[in-house]
Amino acid sequence: MEVNQMQRSFLEYANVLFREGFLDGQFSQLQMLADESNPDFVVEVVSLFFEDSQKLLNDLTTTLDQQNVNFKKIDAHIHQLKGSSSSIGAQRVKNACIAFRNFCDQQNVEGLSFGSSITFAFLFQLEQQIVAAGGAIPILSEFS
Amino acid sequence: MVSTCDSNSANLNKGNVEEEPHVLAVDDNLVDRKLVEKLLKNSSCKVTTAENGLRALEYLGLLDGKKSSVNNALKVNMIITDYCMPGMNGYELLKKIKESSIMKDVPVVIMSSENVPTRINKCLEEGAQMFMLKPLKCSDVKKLRCQLMQCRG
Repeated sequence: MEVNQMQRSFLEYANVLFREGFLDGQFSQLQMLADESNPDFVVEVVSLFFEDSQKLLNDLTTTLDQQNVNFKKIDAHIHQLKGSSSSIGAQRVKNACIAFRNFCDQQNVEGLSFGSSITFAFLFQLEQQIVAAGGAIPILSEFS
Repeated sequence: MVSTCDSNSANLNKGNVEEEPHVLAVDDNLVDRKLVEKLLKNSSCKVTTAENGLRALEYLGLLDGKKSSVNNALKVNMIITDYCMPGMNGYELLKKIKESSIMKDVPVVIMSSENVPTRINKCLEEGAQMFMLKPLKCSDVKKLRCQLMQCRG
């Protein structure tokens, strides 16, 4: 495939991710940060995010399975996940966190289980989408 | 973004600030740490990161009984810290820095994902240079860089 063709299909693909609400403008900020000294910056941060998020969600699930659920701990986990998803522009994941954090205040264990499953699904979905896009995603504005 | 600039703050001449200021970035979130580091490096800053307030104080040689790392304190031109951190939060770290004779004039920037006016005012009153809302953008750090240069002038 010619470089131009590849670039175009990546652009189209990334556009889809923005259009479908997987990603928001903050992801464009990440793309702007990649340069000659660190061309793989986006891949590095996104990989870090997935690793970290997976761990957070696993910890959350373990905490939820305890006899006496530590809601403070759960809230802290969700806060972390909300923070990192917001920082990389993972919009759906972030919104899911905002939504299910309410279950924490209500001390609703079922709601929290449900919420964490949805969040995990969004995370996995995003990962799949980004992996499918593959390679270097050229600098892109969500409005282009 | 809210900011104050104390033009009278005397900052020791710490090397080539015009070219590469040394910033200590404190955040318990791994992803945010990586992001703030890159943002600062792209703005020609040297960056040291710390994952919490204690590590930051340790680096600066401000931990009680551990005054051996004073060299690090002298190198640092600015500290940027997250507000919500386990153990010591950003406000408490700010206080410790302002209580230190070596570090009290170093600008401290507080970051938070939550826009809470009382929190912001509390930090500014305690002497924070600036308050920044997360997620950080390239333009935020550029403004920060300009502010930093102005304050040293």
